[in-house]
Amino acid sequence: MSKQMNTTEQVRRSLKKRHRQEQRFILMGKLAVLSGFLFLAFLLADITIKAWPAFQQTWIQLDVAFDPQTLGVEAAADEAALKKGNYRGVLKKSLSAIFPDVSARRDKKALLKLISSGAEYQIRDTLLAAPEMLGTTQQMWVLADDDVDSFIKEPKLRELPQDDRRIKDNQVAWLAQLSEQGRIESQWNWAFLTSGDSREPEQAGIAGALRGTMLTILVVLAMSFPLGLAAAVYLEEFAPQNRWTDLIEINVNNLAAVPSIVFGLLGLAVFISFFGVPRSAPLVGGMVLTLMTLPTIIIASRASLKSVPPSIRDAALALGASKVQTVFQHVVPLAMPGILTGTIIGMAQALGETAPLLMIGMVAFIVDIPQGITDSATVLPVQIYLWADSPERAFMAKTSAAIIVLLLFLVTMNLLAVVLRKRFERKW
Amino acid sequence: MNQVAEAPDIHQVIKETVGSPFTDKPKISTRNVDVFYDDKQAIFDVSLDIGNHEVIALIGPSGCGKSTYLRCLNRMNDTIQSCRVTGEFRLDEEDIYARGMDPVLLRARIGMVFQKPNPFPKSIYDNVAYGPKLHGLAGNRAELDEIVVSSLQKAGLYEEVKDRLNASGTGLSGGQQQRLCIARTIAVSPEVILMDEPASALDPIATATIEELIDELRQNYTIVIVTHSMQQAARVSQRTAYFHLGKLVEVGDTNQIFTNPQHQLTENYITGRFG
Repeated sequence: MSKQMNTTEQVRRSLKKRHRQEQRFILMGKLAVLSGFLFLAFLLADITIKAWPAFQQTWIQLDVAFDPQTLGVEAAADEAALKKGNYRGVLKKSLSAIFPDVSARRDKKALLKLISSGAEYQIRDTLLAAPEMLGTTQQMWVLADDDVDSFIKEPKLRELPQDDRRIKDNQVAWLAQLSEQGRIESQWNWAFLTSGDSREPEQAGIAGALRGTMLTILVVLAMSFPLGLAAAVYLEEFAPQNRWTDLIEINVNNLAAVPSIVFGLLGLAVFISFFGVPRSAPLVGGMVLTLMTLPTIIIASRASLKSVPPSIRDAALALGASKVQTVFQHVVPLAMPGILTGTIIGMAQALGETAPLLMIGMVAFIVDIPQGITDSATVLPVQIYLWADSPERAFMAKTSAAIIVLLLFLVTMNLLAVVLRKRFERKW
Repeated sequence: MNQVAEAPDIHQVIKETVGSPFTDKPKISTRNVDVFYDDKQAIFDVSLDIGNHEVIALIGPSGCGKSTYLRCLNRMNDTIQSCRVTGEFRLDEEDIYARGMDPVLLRARIGMVFQKPNPFPKSIYDNVAYGPKLHGLAGNRAELDEIVVSSLQKAGLYEEVKDRLNASGTGLSGGQQQRLCIARTIAVSPEVILMDEPASALDPIATATIEELIDELRQNYTIVIVTHSMQQAARVSQRTAYFHLGKLVEVGDTNQIFTNPQHQLTENYITGRFG
């Protein structure tokens, strides 16, 4: 009896300590989760705030006089002649019309610098689209230079001493005048989503990289899903269990851990140098990323196939289904949610990959939006890397904006994974 | 399997099968069957005939090889890489393990019901229709419907599920699932049905239903049933075979085995001294 009391007493004494332990652990767990969330929230908030300016673009309104004389063309010029016109001269005249008292050469140059170097092509394209404007004066909004754009968006730049500013005091005064006349406006920057890369931040867009990423991912999907699925199904369901399959399994697992830049080198040596696949193209990028994604897909698919209960295989076989029928009518459909999840994870990995693509030339500066998988292209992460490396202030916002586009792309893919999973999921 | 190696004297105790392992005009006949898993022998020199339209029960303690023997009959052991089977197996005088015998054809003739109900995660209809579709047994949808309905009726499940043939097969109760598996098996019209402890995962009421069903099925099919329950063997079978450590100890009419066993080991087992 007394011994029993003792046990109770001892357990009771240790209880407090045990409960404390449990509470400590729960607290630590909560802290871990909370800090994770905080970091994520901080990251997202920081990127969003930094990216916001990139989605706004400053425009300046000019009264553009398409005067044949200034353009240096005939009054009834054809398209070819119109293309060669002196549009910079037209711009200069429009600016002089607003600021008639600016006369010194240097000042005029500084004045022209307020608008984007792309503005002359913009007004040229407008005229080419509507040649009847020749000889008339049009009110037009043209892109402001990126320095102007940054200066207007970031008030703190105004407080810097003149020597540290890209926008000098005289330009500040002109901008103030333009603003008073209502000739400065901030608009939603559609160009960011619809145009290709550019050396000029105000003209640079994400569309090229976005299309490049899509094409690359399509190549990866088209190659890695069938290859990975076939390899996984064969290894899991058909291959005999012997030393060779063990060796293959070990190697597949090891491949998943190979640094991605090595795959880039391999792609350069094999796909480009040996097979002559065009470099910088989504095709070769997709092929390299396929190499990288395959192990992930194979491992995930095998795990998923393995988790299908053997009783289902027995059931089908015992009814007289052949091995292939058993596998493709029962096992693979049941494993599909896991296989798809593995595939999407692999694709998401490939989506964020930069290093191997640097090796195969996808880091080149490419303005045109790629139209096919053999066109030169770049992808979102490489574009981010390129912009982060550029000195112009406005590229800072573009970098963050590109990150947001990349993240949105990723989220979309993950949502797709969830939807597909839900659709294929079956209970047994 | 370890027990076999550690108890060499068992080979002295069981020199040959007692009773009447052979019958006239057997549906399946097996002679001198040895089964190995890698180097370990699981079945030693078993010879047994299975008669037409009889229910034969295979009983014995766990690990005695009765399930292994059962799975040899429709070559389900082919799927186990380490398993090696020797001996003679004949289904109506046809060699089951002959080179020319396709396991697909064999399994269409010898169906199997497993220990754990394993319906496909599909509708009740699709579960039953799968086999006939696979072998092209139905020419059109109407014929298929008929096969499905009659199979479900034979399995005694039709009345319970006729309103929800499109509901998932996995949503049924355990006993219903097992009857669905039996319906699925007979939809292919096999000649023999192998049952590997078909009622071991079921409650007594579901078990009773299954046992009644087995008794009815005997009219059309030959049934080999592995069971742990001696009462069940006594209730459903005409002949009983007792396995012990991979050897076939005794075969005889079920009545005789349970009332007057010839071998000491059989007597020990059915009187509950071990097993």
